[in-house]
Amino acid sequence: MYYKFDVVIVGAGGAGLMAAMQLEGASVAVLTKVYPTRSHTGAAQGGVAAALGNQEEDHWKWHMYDTVKGGDYLVDQPAAEVLTREAIDAIYELEHRGLPFNRTADGRIDQRRFGGHTRNFGEGPVRRSCYAADRTGHMLLQTMYQSSIKNQVRFFNEYLVLDLLLNNGQACGVVAMEIRTGEIHTFHAKAVMFATGGYGRAWRITSNAFACMGDGMAIAYRRGIPLEDMEMYQFHPTGIYKVGVLLSEAARGEGGKLLNNEGEYFMERYMPTLKDLAPRDIVSRCILQEVHAGRGIDGKDYVYLDLRHLGAKVIEEKLPDITDFARNYLGVEPITEPVPIQPTAHYAMGGIPTDIDARVVIDPQWTPLPGFYAAGEVACVSVHGANRLGTNSLVDLIVFGRRAGKHMAKFIKESSHAPLPPEPESYSRELVSTMFASTGGESAARIRSALQNEMDEKVFVERDEKGLQEALDTLDRLQDTYTRVQLQDKGKKFNTELVEAIELGFLLECSEATIHGALARQESRGAHYRTDYPHRDDANWLKHTLAYKGAKAHDVRLDFKDVQMVDDPVFVPKERKY
Amino acid sequence: MNVLMRIRRFDPDKDNKPYWDEFRVEMDPIDRLLDALNTVKWTMDGTLTYRRSCAHGVCGSDAMRINGRNRLACKVLIRDIGNKVTIEPMLGYPVLRDLVVDMDAFFDKYKSIKPYLITTDSEPGTERLQSPEERARYDEGTKCILCGACTGSCPSVWGNPDWVGPATIVNAHRFIFDSRDQGGADRLAILGQRNGVWRCRTIFNCADACPRGIPVTELIEQVKRAIVYGGDTKVE
Repeated sequence: MYYKFDVVIVGAGGAGLMAAMQLEGASVAVLTKVYPTRSHTGAAQGGVAAALGNQEEDHWKWHMYDTVKGGDYLVDQPAAEVLTREAIDAIYELEHRGLPFNRTADGRIDQRRFGGHTRNFGEGPVRRSCYAADRTGHMLLQTMYQSSIKNQVRFFNEYLVLDLLLNNGQACGVVAMEIRTGEIHTFHAKAVMFATGGYGRAWRITSNAFACMGDGMAIAYRRGIPLEDMEMYQFHPTGIYKVGVLLSEAARGEGGKLLNNEGEYFMERYMPTLKDLAPRDIVSRCILQEVHAGRGIDGKDYVYLDLRHLGAKVIEEKLPDITDFARNYLGVEPITEPVPIQPTAHYAMGGIPTDIDARVVIDPQWTPLPGFYAAGEVACVSVHGANRLGTNSLVDLIVFGRRAGKHMAKFIKESSHAPLPPEPESYSRELVSTMFASTGGESAARIRSALQNEMDEKVFVERDEKGLQEALDTLDRLQDTYTRVQLQDKGKKFNTELVEAIELGFLLECSEATIHGALARQESRGAHYRTDYPHRDDANWLKHTLAYKGAKAHDVRLDFKDVQMVDDPVFVPKERKY
Repeated sequence: MNVLMRIRRFDPDKDNKPYWDEFRVEMDPIDRLLDALNTVKWTMDGTLTYRRSCAHGVCGSDAMRINGRNRLACKVLIRDIGNKVTIEPMLGYPVLRDLVVDMDAFFDKYKSIKPYLITTDSEPGTERLQSPEERARYDEGTKCILCGACTGSCPSVWGNPDWVGPATIVNAHRFIFDSRDQGGADRLAILGQRNGVWRCRTIFNCADACPRGIPVTELIEQVKRAIVYGGDTKVE
């Protein structure tokens, strides 16, 4: 089928739906490979940060400072200013749309502490996270979906996008496969927005949904658009041991502490001011150091999250979901027992480079690709720099999702549909027919499993040149093997084996950019910790990496982009202590 | 642990009617049933078809009928089911393929009760105020993940596919009892009609099926009482 819309949005999580809300009167299609309410935004737990000051004094500039410092100064500072200023209004907008926030005694939005969020430029923790129990993302996703029903947004549910259409340096649509029928469709548009989320399934121990396969990043990358700072991948400190399911940082925001096998609350030793509320990159590294020193539980690679001192009431009322996860998946009762945890792959700080209007920019000179937008985890604006603070992801979605929508609303009034390239579906049809025709005998599941093992082992919290080079060799081999993937399922209707095989291709692309960036960046900054280069190197590396896919297999070109600063001494890079 | 999985299969392109298929897998007691399905798909039969995404009970993709009861495959552990398990698509929905059912009608019913905040006042410059007690009044309904397990477990739905079903009523409740909302009368009028709340026979299958622990039947009863007795739905 051929469809024509003003705007096509790919992804129905927080960013995509927030953008769709800004486009009243325009013809908009939202394509999503799962039903909208299944999007991974719904798994966010702890909260959404904004300096409302409902509980104690707070200012957007304090929030901006924490964001910049939390990101180890790789943050583009003007973007962080936009994020933290507009967060306040965005939260009120969500409330007006019906989001059921927890409330203070006087009826205002309740706020709680979260990692790395401080008062007065680092003096101590501040209550900044607006929340709805420990299912804030679920509430946000439901609220946005409800709003989109009110606004009669047109959804294409269970459509897998395969390609981005460009013509003469302008975006003009996408090609997608309808999973239910296997049919290929062209969506012709004036503006295309990617809001497809991250690629956490490149690791085995992950908090991410099966849907998080890096679709949008990989599709853009294949079309010559660079991926920025892909080496900056966050490992959340408190994933359920062996399973990876997230136990929200809200647990520590409410007072939970990490415990080693000697019964010591060890974060007090590493970070005397913020302790267990230090940023995630630091806490994950501290857990690994405890494990290396033999202080993991039973000498193994995990520690405990201790909530016992919070009491049953706080645990049941403010952390009900994660309590249920601990009970269900570990058989552990958090009210009376400490919970086994380990770092889990969680969030991509990197992604498709954008400016503060969510326009995709394709080079170090910030040249926009007209008609192409991205927001949310798929994008790198870059407000998270080298490490994202907890509760800043949901803010990112709503602030930059909204900005994308507003800019597209303007853009489509000023422009007409660019013509489609000749044979727009040829690449996608070839992709699918090659998969069906292959007799190479290889299994996508086996390749994915090998990739995840390698990423868990060598592209984790700590990296070094030797391990990364081995990971790259493995990846090259897996990419070759991938060309020989053979399907058992030759059916057209709801062929999830085909979907998984295509998604594996996306995952390999994202992993390629990640490993190349990690090898190149010879310093330690934020989530990227190189044991062979253990210090931050501002003289050489206060810059973003841009990975471009080369013409030949395994060929990647790296370029670099300056970090944007504001003219204010408070934001000048300095040593990061908590 | 060795587990015998008995799975209801149907491929509309190949099969005239559904049939039973069997697989034996070796699993850990703390693995999820979803892990067992994945083991089959990834190592034995790539054609096995089911939905899944978050794998920890918050996205609502993998609701299915497990040993006769609607459950999320990612919340059921192998140790809870033992050595043998029977898996079918949920009843009450058209089957698209194997364990995948068509949820479009389910979402259309959800949309029919105007599941969004309706207000006539102009918006304040900051948040609307709501006391913790008012917030608690509709808390249960906000947990719903629209997995469809309750609706697919309800004999009244099986008998009358046009009935709105429990999930829709739970989501109506979430707004009717929200102190900020002003669309309650509209929704109560919709739910007072022939295919509204009155087809609920308080069978409690819905409450048993809910993976989020929502007391579904109780919320439906509260809506029934609001229709009959009127009164203030915003406070306890």
